[in-house]
Amino acid sequence: MDAFLNGWGLTLVTFVPLVGAALVMALPSGRELWVKAAALGASLVTALFAIFLLARFSVSRAGELQYVVDRSWIDVINSRYIMGIDGISLPLLLLTALIVPLCIVYSFGHFPEPRNPKAFLALLLVLETGMIGTFVAQDLILFFVFFEVVLLPMYFMIGVWGGENRRYAAIKFFLYTLFGSALMLVSFLAMFFLADGTLAGLDVARTFDMRALSGGATAAIARTSQLWIFAGMFLGFGIKVPMFPFHTWLPDAHTEAPTVGSVILAAVLLKLGTYGFVRVAVPMLPEAAAAWAPVIGLLAVIGIIYGALGCLAQRDMKRLIAFSSVAHMGFVMLGIATLTPFGINAAVFGMVAHGLITGMLFFLAGSVKDRYHTMEMSRLGGLLQQAPRMGWILGFCVMASLGLPGLAGFWGEFPAILASYNPAEILNEAVFRAYMVIAAIGTVLAAGYLLWMLQKTAFGNAREEFADSPDVTDATPREYLAWAPLLVLIVVLGFFPRLLHEATDPAVRESLQVEAVNGSPGDCLEVERGEECFERLRRVGEQAGSGR
Amino acid sequence: MTLGALAAPLGVLGFVRPHLDWHALAPELTLLGVGALLTCLDIAMAERGRAFTSALAGLGLLGVLVPIITLAVAGVASEPRVMFDGAYVVDGYALILKALFVVSGYVVVLLSMNYVAEGDYWENEYYGLVLASLLGMVVMASARDLISIFVALELLSIPAYLLAAWRKRDLRSNEAGLKYFLMGVFASAIMLYGMSLLFGASGSTVLADIAAAAPLDRGADAVPSAAVTVGVIFVLVGFAFKVSAFPFHTWAPDTYEGAPTPITAFLSVASKTAGFVALGSLVFVGFWERDDVYGPALWFLAAASMTAGNLMALRQKNIVRLMAYSGIAQAGFMLAPLAVAGVNTEVADQAVSAVLTYLVIYAAMNLGVFAVIMTVARRTGTGDVASYNGLFKVSPGMAVVMTVFLASLAGVPPAGGWYAKFAVFQALVSADNPSGYVLAGFAAVNAVIAVGYYGKIAARMWFEKPAPELGDAGRIPVPFSLRSALALTVAATLVFGVVPATVTHFTDVSLLATVTGL
Repeated sequence: MDAFLNGWGLTLVTFVPLVGAALVMALPSGRELWVKAAALGASLVTALFAIFLLARFSVSRAGELQYVVDRSWIDVINSRYIMGIDGISLPLLLLTALIVPLCIVYSFGHFPEPRNPKAFLALLLVLETGMIGTFVAQDLILFFVFFEVVLLPMYFMIGVWGGENRRYAAIKFFLYTLFGSALMLVSFLAMFFLADGTLAGLDVARTFDMRALSGGATAAIARTSQLWIFAGMFLGFGIKVPMFPFHTWLPDAHTEAPTVGSVILAAVLLKLGTYGFVRVAVPMLPEAAAAWAPVIGLLAVIGIIYGALGCLAQRDMKRLIAFSSVAHMGFVMLGIATLTPFGINAAVFGMVAHGLITGMLFFLAGSVKDRYHTMEMSRLGGLLQQAPRMGWILGFCVMASLGLPGLAGFWGEFPAILASYNPAEILNEAVFRAYMVIAAIGTVLAAGYLLWMLQKTAFGNAREEFADSPDVTDATPREYLAWAPLLVLIVVLGFFPRLLHEATDPAVRESLQVEAVNGSPGDCLEVERGEECFERLRRVGEQAGSGR
Repeated sequence: MTLGALAAPLGVLGFVRPHLDWHALAPELTLLGVGALLTCLDIAMAERGRAFTSALAGLGLLGVLVPIITLAVAGVASEPRVMFDGAYVVDGYALILKALFVVSGYVVVLLSMNYVAEGDYWENEYYGLVLASLLGMVVMASARDLISIFVALELLSIPAYLLAAWRKRDLRSNEAGLKYFLMGVFASAIMLYGMSLLFGASGSTVLADIAAAAPLDRGADAVPSAAVTVGVIFVLVGFAFKVSAFPFHTWAPDTYEGAPTPITAFLSVASKTAGFVALGSLVFVGFWERDDVYGPALWFLAAASMTAGNLMALRQKNIVRLMAYSGIAQAGFMLAPLAVAGVNTEVADQAVSAVLTYLVIYAAMNLGVFAVIMTVARRTGTGDVASYNGLFKVSPGMAVVMTVFLASLAGVPPAGGWYAKFAVFQALVSADNPSGYVLAGFAAVNAVIAVGYYGKIAARMWFEKPAPELGDAGRIPVPFSLRSALALTVAATLVFGVVPATVTHFTDVSLLATVTGL
């Protein structure tokens, strides 16, 4: 079993959904039940493999990559088929493998117009392959391919099954992300040519191997080049997150996307961006990260405040939740910008928590829309009277989202704020403490808009137009089935953050502390004169390198 | 008395037959044979020949692949076969291109079968001309001499002019042919003038000798002489017409729209490839040291073509015209690596591989798009982009296939086009100089603009209500030959994207090595 998982586990967990998609496509469209069963089956098999991977994952060695496969792929450019997971990838992989079957279960009864379950489910499964692949890839080109595979299915999901303005939203989503990833690719290439793999113990200089690139191979790159390369990645990942000035695609995409699309978008797709920062940008270019960190932090806190104010101005429930994502991802980015293990741990926790909670909120928004056929908060109200159970679940998720201690959301936000009190030595303490204060104000605003939304939708009496509507029923068994795992996890992670922390902490530390031939660039983050430290490493690197 | 004996006293006519490598020439000879056979059959059988000419042309092309494969097995890639004092070379570069031309030609024949048979045209000449044009291309792949390049260019162009005007009862087709012919001849004249200047400056027509001659050697002549500058630029301009690079692209949209659709596919893939092949041989073998001349020129052509092509494509209402502008933009991408090729030998090798890789992948995806266009037009009878509305609901399979091709053209993984774009980026970045990085930036922005119009077609197919032109007769029927063409191109596009090594294995060649021994 172990040998099998080591060799094939990650490949299977990545490509089983794709095989499922092919199977779904091949089935006759008249047989709707078969189609659904095949899709659910494929996603469950994927989840099963993910659970096997979890079961045999060695937490004590969570800092190292496990289940590594390394095969030749595109020899001309030294790009290899490398996969592996550590404590950062594992939770996100599990999150993806969990969310997709829940989405399939949720959509069983009511596929959004124009139905066509076959195409819908096939796209969902292709999406899953892309998402999981991104989290397990350990070669930059492989990473890039999976990162891009996600685009098309999401584009079609928004464009075909979306709301009124779906075409605009779909193309906006597509163009924004593609623009970012095109520049990101140029950055990857620049790194490929400038980095020196021999510094990380490889026998070739040019490599896309993420293990080597975050293991010191980039130490000899000149500071200016590093800054430019980081800027390209910053655009690519920052748009995906989305960070403040690049966020405008998100509210449109969320508002127009079908429920399941919104859930996937919020729960997993946004994490591809933050994961990129944690896995690629920061560990590979710590020096540039330190230079850019104040900017990232600034944009993050602007995002927190701007997102919150944006929420307060919304009249559409789904759009409000979308803006709240901008604010929450701001906390995650703030955690990353501190460049400390504490902050990045908080960020990873924040990603998972946001995935569970906001995913849940979008499920709820979708169910509200099914019942009331509107998202206008001025027309909603009285959910607690008409559908009390659903109303309480909404209340619970709102509490989780605003960061109530004891629920998962708290462990994403609070440590991120705390971490910015004490950022890495190389960063300016005063600046980050200012960020901390602003972020703390953001949490108050968050409580404001979330409670306001709850009040508008759940409290009071139902409007006359919906008072006797037969559509307004309480949560159905299918909905319970889709929601229960998420709700349970929100509580469990709220009480036992250790479950996640134990896996992520060694991996985060490992990603910052590399042992390269010329010393550890990560150490330079923790000295006050960090720039000189990096400069010294570079000189050592140039002497030790292959002499190019 | 023999001629030799007569000439012997004069001492000047002593003709020594140059070395001929029959094996290396076998692809050209086979192609010539098949073409001649078709013509003879036409004369002998007249109308009765209609039934099998297309099949014979297709089989003949597959037959040409045989010597190409045996040459590859014989290790031509590592030991090039050189003939006529270096004027004709069969190496890895030539071989992959010959294979590409022949396979593209085969797909064009597949596309043509129903079109020509249903169109009430004289078939035999059609296939004969396609084969003649292909012969020109196959010769072009090996030509390393100004004269043989010129002869190959005319051999491939003249049949193409005729084919563009093939629908002789249609005014648009006449316009297409005439425009293409006039522009083409104009370009040939400019190029020929450039070649004469280069011959004057270097004293040779063989590219390798030109490269070695003092005026083209940067070490000997730091500043290029006026004759060399003008000569190089004029030759480049001539081929810029052929590859429809901005601002020499004006013929392309009209010709593409008016020509029979299979011929449009042929022009947009095979004929364009031939132009790039010649550019490749010229830049890498003939002018390589003179990158202070061709570098800026090609840089401008590349940046202008991708930007102008993309911006104009955004406004097109006709799918074929849209593909014409898309082709102009794609040509810009293919020109880009050539612009930085002169930095050093390593970058040059990267650049030539990038261009070849792009050409191979582009051929698969672009022929595929035209196969879909033809299939859909059989039902709708129009090239209006609005007729693609709701294709997904009428013919889901066709819509999915078209989406794969469009995604590939846009460079979205896992369809093949991403690797083509990637190879271009890689070559540009490997130059590690400002011009390379800026051009890479241009390419990145343009890659996004292109999604605008490719995505719009995809959006029409998936998001809209079915167009009235699609009718309510259910799925669009796909004849067997089109089905084969679609299957071939879709499979190739996906395989190239998922396992790019299938392309790079063949396109990882070095042109410089064969000449300068670097």
